[in-house]
Amino acid sequence: MKQTCLYEKHVALGALISPFGGFEMPIQYAGITPEHMAVREKVGVFDVSHMGEVTVKGKDAERYVQHIFTNDIAGAPVGKIYYGMMCYENGGTVDDLLVYKMGENDFFLVINAANIDKDWAWMQENAKGFDIDLQNRSDFYGQIAVQGPDAEKTVEQVLGLKCSELVFYTVKTIGDVIVSRTGYTGEDGFEIYASHAYIQECWDKLIAAGVQPCGLGCRDTLRFEVGLPLYGDELSADITPIMAGLGIFVKLDKQEFIGKEALAKQKSEGPAKKIVGIELADKAIPRHGYPVLNMQGETIGEVTTGYHTLSTDKSVCMALIDAQYAKLDTEVQIQIRKKVFPGKTVKKQFYNKSYKK
Amino acid sequence: MAKVIEGLYYSESHEYVKVEGNIGYIGITDYAQHALGNVVYVDLPDVDDEVTAGEEFGAVESVKAASDIISPVSGTIVEVNEALDDEPELLNKDPWENWIIKVELSDKGELDALMDAKAYEAFCENA
Repeated sequence: MKQTCLYEKHVALGALISPFGGFEMPIQYAGITPEHMAVREKVGVFDVSHMGEVTVKGKDAERYVQHIFTNDIAGAPVGKIYYGMMCYENGGTVDDLLVYKMGENDFFLVINAANIDKDWAWMQENAKGFDIDLQNRSDFYGQIAVQGPDAEKTVEQVLGLKCSELVFYTVKTIGDVIVSRTGYTGEDGFEIYASHAYIQECWDKLIAAGVQPCGLGCRDTLRFEVGLPLYGDELSADITPIMAGLGIFVKLDKQEFIGKEALAKQKSEGPAKKIVGIELADKAIPRHGYPVLNMQGETIGEVTTGYHTLSTDKSVCMALIDAQYAKLDTEVQIQIRKKVFPGKTVKKQFYNKSYKK
Repeated sequence: MAKVIEGLYYSESHEYVKVEGNIGYIGITDYAQHALGNVVYVDLPDVDDEVTAGEEFGAVESVKAASDIISPVSGTIVEVNEALDDEPELLNKDPWENWIIKVELSDKGELDALMDAKAYEAFCENA
């Protein structure tokens, strides 16, 4: 099991530590609820050093990224960031990732911790015939996310990193430090990538300034509430971006990318299963893996993520179900232990995002 | 709040039984509520349901996870603490005062298999 460069600091803060994506990560410090609310109302800081970073440079860098990535980066200005997926030939998802355009033919790819080895193998395997320098920099970079309405003020005043001119999904470098206006909470915020020593220094300054340390527990409740997918729950080798409702990040008019044919076919025919939102009438909480049933009691799918949401006080979930039941306001049921609870399909955004665009 | 209370019986899965005559009040311990964090939902059984020692009869849910509640004893449920439906956080505030179910015990001999306060306190320290 790996540890991030901030591990000792989490232990000193009394965090509850659990394995996640091959790392021993902090799940919570003060508790999921106060940490969640700190990010919604003020600001919080997350250790996300477990995330992987891969750099792609060289003559064919853009053509290579276009080949492995579902979104279209053609003609992108330097400093722009794109969200999208890497897919298998059959359309299944290898991972979802961010692509940062750092310079002409110079890209910085951010991938999920649990997928680093798999993604790295996939990227190398598909690099044949491209004149690029591909580097797995995951062990070099530490990363923190500063998230919440006060994030800009905090990054500028506490860390002394000027970032107010960055708009949503753009990046700049300050010396060796990479700062982007991105996050995984539905709030305004920044992600900072740098050497371990620099990230440790940032963390200490933020904690000393009274910024709430936040664990992966509230990272999950925050991303869930605004309908952001988590690889392993709403995306997987079996769940394509089309099934997940993320077709907007799959540019089928692009000349070529791995999985294009299968995804185009699935989009035109309609996928057999879709990720939907479900709201329950009762307070019982649907959890990952619980069966979703139609009103006749037949299994039509399963829950991918579920919570009693902190911001809206409702039991809601995302679930992968047969497409015929995916229309909004369809009555469905969820089996929770021995009982079956009625609910209906809803939009899979349970709380409104407040990005600074 | 007291970490353990003298005179109660405790299970390794952190439930307690308070015995009054033939009746047992079953709840979760302070250690359990603390480990769970904010309780947001309690899945309660129904009156007249049978419970069996070592088997689950309901669940306590925190934000992150659901945990089964295992009955330390066997018997028939005579009352359910309905207040937990509306205020599940009562289990965090005072798990000793807020028992979950009241059971008519079918075999008081089962209590011998449970820990007393002192043994349970030691058990938690080694957990």
